[in-house]
Amino acid sequence: MSQTIFDKSTAGRHAGSQLPKLSEVQGDIPANLHRKTKPLLPEVSEMQTVRHYTQLSKKNFSIDTHFYPLGSCTMKYNPRGVHKAASMSEFLQRHPYQLESSSQGFLECIYELQEYLKDVTGMKGISLAPMAGSQGEFAGVAMIRAYHEARGDFERSEILVPDAAHGTNPASAVMCGYKVHEIPTGPEGDIDLEALKAAVGPKTAGIMLTNPSTLGVFERRIQEVSRIIHQAGGLLYYDGANLNAILGEVKPGDMGFDVMHLNLHKTFATPHGGGGPGAGPVAVGERLKPYLPLPMVTKEDNHYRWLTPEDCPNSIGRLSAFAGNTGILLRAYIYIRMLGRKGLKRVGEFSTLNANYLMAKLKQAGFTLAYPKRRASHEFIITINPEKKKLNVNAMDFAKRLLDYGFHAPTTYFPLLVPECLLIEPTETESKNELDAFVDALIKIRKEAETDPDLVRNAPHTMPVKRLDDVKAARELNLRWKSKD
Amino acid sequence: MSNVPSELRYSDTHEWARLEDDGTIVIGITDHAQHLLGDLVFVELPDEGIELKGGDEAGVVESVKAASDFYSPITGEVVEVNEELQDSPALVNTDPYGDGWLFRIQPEDTSEFDALLDADAYNEQISEEE
Repeated sequence: MSQTIFDKSTAGRHAGSQLPKLSEVQGDIPANLHRKTKPLLPEVSEMQTVRHYTQLSKKNFSIDTHFYPLGSCTMKYNPRGVHKAASMSEFLQRHPYQLESSSQGFLECIYELQEYLKDVTGMKGISLAPMAGSQGEFAGVAMIRAYHEARGDFERSEILVPDAAHGTNPASAVMCGYKVHEIPTGPEGDIDLEALKAAVGPKTAGIMLTNPSTLGVFERRIQEVSRIIHQAGGLLYYDGANLNAILGEVKPGDMGFDVMHLNLHKTFATPHGGGGPGAGPVAVGERLKPYLPLPMVTKEDNHYRWLTPEDCPNSIGRLSAFAGNTGILLRAYIYIRMLGRKGLKRVGEFSTLNANYLMAKLKQAGFTLAYPKRRASHEFIITINPEKKKLNVNAMDFAKRLLDYGFHAPTTYFPLLVPECLLIEPTETESKNELDAFVDALIKIRKEAETDPDLVRNAPHTMPVKRLDDVKAARELNLRWKSKD
Repeated sequence: MSNVPSELRYSDTHEWARLEDDGTIVIGITDHAQHLLGDLVFVELPDEGIELKGGDEAGVVESVKAASDFYSPITGEVVEVNEELQDSPALVNTDPYGDGWLFRIQPEDTSEFDALLDADAYNEQISEEE
């Protein structure tokens, strides 16, 4: 492990030129509230500080430094211009309690974002309040529950979830008090319709699925799925994780979905979390509009205002303080404005073109596709099972060795249906050169697995750390630094 | 190649079952299943005293790769669970047919046990999957 900045601390050392003036810091805080002891801070010079954080930043393996084809996560490049525009002081200095009359510009941006996202998804109503995709899912399922209960239908206790689903889907259903019923997938990646028909009934509250699915293929019989669920009195939930693939081409609302969440950090180029500020807007069809979470912005006679609980008496309520992570919402708004309708359509086209190009090249190179008969959406799966059987080198070994070649690994061992899988999503922002270099690296690694398998099994060789102890990390999570003093 | 002891019975969802002298049946997951899952980090066991039907979800095994339900292949009452697994889930990886057992069930009748796969049939199933 590298040293923390506290390890580099020497008593009495400081970076004087960077210290704020004491008078500025104390301001009008009463003397009895001033602290008596010094805070525990590292005592380092300005140059030590600069070196420490520069060295740390060089260890970052990120979209700014490397190709990052992490399937299901849509690690596209986030344009700097978006960040710059969202950082205008007029946005940054706005206070959440500021009067609506002096926040009209900001409210207009939020209102327009609501309208754009409704247009993109084909839904009739939207709330930008949820502060993460997971919270958007929770809100969506909570609305399904509110809808059934408002009709006096208390018998519906089950949510159907295909076995290819993201793990968050069953988790959200359980959080809202539902039992999860798993639906199997057919051999070509579509949902098993016979199993679905056998599973639906008076207990069905709804189904949660993503299209294209996590298998990287489009659910071809989605309209039939929609008909089966609706006839049974259930609702359809769309997980927006894979929206990048269909942007400007197909709308979830047109496929028959009643409610969905959007991951702005995937499709609309806001920063990926790591626990940081997120946004998971939730959009609905006509039937669920009364239940949308607050707050939302409305427009009346060219004046924008927040909707209140009096306006929306059936809302499931609030999910966040103030208006969610508005800084993130502004970034999505600016991204959409920068690309425009045509640009968004090109996102969908190029993300699927890049994935299909990569898939064809890897197939040509002799790698095994999980669904060779299907066209890829924005991502696809190869399985390392043949290489594992022949050479005893597995998907994780390939993934780790890719790091040495300067590529972030694809998603490994997910979805669970495909053994030894790599889920590869290049996104629309990569060039052909980069895609070709990635294919070359995988071919080289397979060669190494034949000639020097330990080189691959013991990878990575060039990273700050070798293989991490996943079990210890899961069971003894330790994220906190503690002072020795 | 996975270890498939010939004296046990198996379900097609990768549980094994062993009929004890006292008439109870011990359930665990197979060597093949633990190998697919990878290193386990957590095991959620059924409550003692609950009634399970054959094919019911009995609990969850969570590994560094995945969380997966396991099922009771037998109808009956759960009479004992392997408390050791709370602190040492890795026992399922190191000794799936011994110290890594999951729970013990008092069966309603033993015909369900007799209907489970024998070692040859289970071996055939997992070689087809591969």
